[in-house]
Formats: sequence, C-alpha cells, structure tokens
Amino acid sequence: MLSSRDLSLVAIFAGVIAALGLVPAVSPFGGAVPITAQSMGIMLAGAILGARRGALSVLLFLALVAIGLPLLSGGRGGLGVFAGPSVGYLVGFPVAAFLVGLLTERVGRPYRVHLGVMANILGGVLALNVLGIIGMAAVLGVSLVKATTLAAVFMPGDVVKAVLTAVVAAGVHAAYPGLIPARREQPATPDRVSA
Amino acid sequence: MPEIRVASVSHSFGDGATRRPVLRDVDVTLTEHRIGVVGANGSGKSTFARLLNGLVHPDSGTVTVDGRDTVRDGREVRRRVGFCFTDPDAQIVMPTVAEDIAFGLRRRGLTKDEVRARTQGALTAYGLEGHADHPAHLLSGGQKQLLALASVLVTDPDLLVLDEPTTLLDLRNAEMVRRLVDGLSQQVVLVTHHLDLLDGFDRVLVFDDGRVVHDGTPADAVAAYRSLVAR
Amino acid sequence: MPVTAVPLYLPGASPVHRLGAGPKLLLLLATGVTLAVWRSPWQVAVALGAVLLLYAVARLPLRVLARQVVALAWVAVPLLAFQWVFASWRTGVGVVGSFVTLVLLAGLVTLTTRTTAMVDAVVRVCGWLRKFGVDPERVGLLLALGIRSVHVVLGLAQEVREAQHARGLRSSPRAFAVPLIVRSLRHADRLGEALSARGVDD
Repeated sequence: MLSSRDLSLVAIFAGVIAALGLVPAVSPFGGAVPITAQSMGIMLAGAILGARRGALSVLLFLALVAIGLPLLSGGRGGLGVFAGPSVGYLVGFPVAAFLVGLLTERVGRPYRVHLGVMANILGGVLALNVLGIIGMAAVLGVSLVKATTLAAVFMPGDVVKAVLTAVVAAGVHAAYPGLIPARREQPATPDRVSA
Repeated sequence: MPEIRVASVSHSFGDGATRRPVLRDVDVTLTEHRIGVVGANGSGKSTFARLLNGLVHPDSGTVTVDGRDTVRDGREVRRRVGFCFTDPDAQIVMPTVAEDIAFGLRRRGLTKDEVRARTQGALTAYGLEGHADHPAHLLSGGQKQLLALASVLVTDPDLLVLDEPTTLLDLRNAEMVRRLVDGLSQQVVLVTHHLDLLDGFDRVLVFDDGRVVHDGTPADAVAAYRSLVAR
Repeated sequence: MPVTAVPLYLPGASPVHRLGAGPKLLLLLATGVTLAVWRSPWQVAVALGAVLLLYAVARLPLRVLARQVVALAWVAVPLLAFQWVFASWRTGVGVVGSFVTLVLLAGLVTLTTRTTAMVDAVVRVCGWLRKFGVDPERVGLLLALGIRSVHVVLGLAQEVREAQHARGLRSSPRAFAVPLIVRSLRHADRLGEALSARGVDD
C-alpha cells in the first residue's frame, strides 16, 4: 500500500520526467536543436526515488502517455507510440528505473558519483538498450545486428547522460537527503523495516 | 463550537544530533469561534496547527477535538477538521476545478447526484462556477486558494484550520480570503503572519520557541507579539 | 514562453464526445491491433480517413488537428525516409501511416473524453486486477495526481529557467535539473501532507 507521501513522490516524479523531456535542458546551435533530458529522467527516477517508487513513477509516466498526453520528448504521446519502433525502449524504461534504483539502494547513502555512474550504465544504458534493440528489430523488421548498429549511434550519448545523471543525483541527494537508505542502516534489521 | 483540547503536548523533529524540539509542553483548551495563532517562523505554530487534525502525532501528551483523539480516531477527526495550507498549488490534487472539489466528497456514502449537487453548490458559493471544467493550473493564485478552501468547505467540517493561507497571495486576494473566513459559521483556527486578519477574533495565541507565551484578545496578543519581535 | 504541451479535454456535445471512455479506448485498442496486422497503403489510408472523419464528426477546431500533425511530422518524416531506404515505400507508408493514424486516434480520444471518464475506465480495468493486490481507487488517484503533477512541474521548470536567466547563469543540464528536482521533491512533501489531510491514508 502506498502512503500519501509515496503517492505524491511517484506522481511528482512522473511530472519531472515529462518536464525533462519537454523543456530543452541545453540549446546548442542557437536553440535550433533542443536536446532534452528525458532518458536522464528515467535513470533519475531510480537514482533518486529508489527501485520501487522509481519504477512506479516511470510506469505512471507511461500510463499518462498512453491515455494521450504528449509527454515523450518531441511532444509525442498517445497509445500510438507503443506501436512505433521505440516500443522496446518504452517497455524498458520502468525496468531500467527499477534496476538503477536497486543498485543505488544497494550502494546506499551517501551517494557516490562513480558508483552511481556504474548503476546508471548497467540499468539505464545496457539493460534498456537490450530491450530497446529487441523492440526495434521486431517493429522495423530488421535483424538484431542491424538494430544494434542503429542503436549504437546513440550509446556514447547515453553514457554521457548516465554520468550526468549521477552528478545530478548527487546534487539532489545532498540537498534533499533521506530518500535512499543510509549505508550503516542497511545490513539486516528486518524488525525495524516493518515498523 | 467543538472543544479542542491540547494536553501537555511536546514534540520534536529529527533524531540524534539533529533533534530539535518544536513544541514544549503546550496545554490549551479552545472553545471559541475564531482563534488566531501568531509567532515567528520556527516558533511551533505550524506544528501546532498540524496537531489538530492528526497530521502530526505528538511525541507526548494528547490532542482531542470534541473528545476524539487525533491519533486513535485520526480518520474521524480528519473528516471533521478541514485543513487549508499555505501553498495552493500543493493542495489541489485533481486536474480540474470540479474534480478537485468532488474529491473531498468521496467515500462519504454520497450518491453521484449528491456529489454533483454539492460540488455545484460549492462552485457557486465560492465564485468558481465559470471554471468548473478548467484545469486547475490555469487559475490565478487567489483563485487556487479559493479552490483549496472550497474543496475543504464542501465537506462541511466542524473546524477549519488554516496555516498561513494568505502568505503567498497579493493584497487583493488576501482580502478575499479574509472575507471568506470572516463569514464562516464553523470554528476557525487561523495561523498567520498577517496580523490584520485577526481583527474581530475571539482569542489569539502567541507562540515563541515552542511555547504559548501569550493568550488573550487580538489587541493584547498583537501587542505582545510586537514586543516579542522587538526584543 | 511557458511549456504546456498537454492537450486536455475540449468540451463538446458531439456523438464522439458522448460515447463512453470504455468504448473509445476499446476502439483505439482494436485499431492498434488491426493496423499491426493489416497495414498495406490502402488499408492505412482507409483507417486514416476514418480517423479524420471522426475529427470532423467531433467538430474539433482544425488548428487542434493541425497542431498534432505538425508535432507528428518530426517523427513521421524521418521514420518514413528510414523505411524507404532500408525497406520499401510500401513498408514505410504502412509503418508510418499506421503510427500517425493511431496517434491521431489516441489524440481524438483524449480531446473528446473528460479526464475523469478516462481515469474511470482505467480504474474499471484495474478492478479486474484486484486479485493481484492492485487497488483500483489508488490507481485512479495516482493517474489524476500524475496529470496534475505534469502541470505543476512544468510550472516549476519555468520558474527555475527564469531564476537562472535572472542571475545570468549559463544553462547546463545540472544547473537546470538539480534545482528543478529539489523543488519538485519539496512540492511532493507538501502534496503528501495535503493528501493526508484530505483523508487519503485513512
């Protein structure tokens, strides 16, 4: 059962993912090519809220997209996007957020940027691309090898975003502590968890 | 008027080295119609307000509203005690104006028609009838706070607690909220920095460092608060 | 310029408006399945024509449709070019056409269905999942909160932007994202408190 606080964190972070996709984070070339940070939003959900709430906020974000809000970067939305070539990435989003969150919780507080980068790359780049590539191959009717070649173009950018995500997550955890468990609290105290 | 009984309540935030007491042995009984609460930031007045509907459970002592304990009977207390917060944006939970008003009426055993009728009544009473289907984010700050109040008042609470409801509003909208609060027949506990809102109030508590340091008429309380600030 | 890319319900009294959310969502689902199977150029053209006809029946302003088409073009045109190069124009028209048709139909459902009705439909579907520990009422609340939160966070994003410009800061993803997320989390605290006060935890 989600508490009021969990509900509001999950809902607000779905809004954050949307905002990161809709508001250009950087506008090189005089704003002609806005680069948004939506895939960072997916990783940030896990890195900031942890596995369960992070994955739920990504699921909520996708549900909002599915009922017709154009919240994917570039203003895409509606059930139609689940018919497009990026369906594997969409399905992979909550999985990626969950994995990033799980790894981030394992590391615990205080947040370490280098470990965060590793969590983001494992969950937010590798796992996400595996699902994304399978989806792309299926929708476009191309081989997995060709789909991987297509996806490979974006991977250096994804790694940069994984690093940026960890830097952002470190900044957020410093300013707003308490969302991921502290390292010393972690080892087995199951009686306290249920309280 | 309901009897609000705050009995020997102490409360702290944080733990270990960061533990900070916010209420120290507060003991008051409030039965007046309109009660004001003033004090500096961090004096404990917002925590005091949150005791009254069980949003904050006291570390020690008890809080009862008309004999109902805010911890043990939290659900029943929250049905009878409406709460209005400072930030109108954070208390509007539904996407459109009418939906937000109707939200407070769910799980009260009302039929759809009754919910619709009461929602419509609240929209008219608070001057929002033209905005029923508008998304809440398109309202002005003052209209948002009106909506927040309408969403609470539609449930017809016995007591309304307001925590600095005018702090984020301009003068005109603050005046609108003041007139609305002045016209309420229910018991009101108003926490505020706007001292002129307390004209005509029956009783005003002054908080300082987690204690009630003055308890009296608005004129006395305001004077006491001013001397406290000047000190 | 404030970013509000969210087309909400446009009130109306057309037959499309009056049709229930459930049937509309079913139609959308059925169209999706159908177009995944049958997507030759003429089949897609028929589907697209039907969707455009529904827009006319719903008496939606033409600019609403135009806005959606423009937004779609950014994805559709490169996708069409890609298919043309790697497959054939027939595949291209099939994939892109069915994609555009579905997105426009989804847009139509959104534009003609009150958010409450949409959320109610999802909640009804979730009622079937009660056995698996899903609380339909929570799902409905979460969806409504999500819709509201998108607007709230977009507003916060605007504030962060303006604060940065006012202080003459160069925009970097970090300088934008950190304050945006911290403000959003603080907002979530206040929202959680308001939900508690309105009896959500009871």
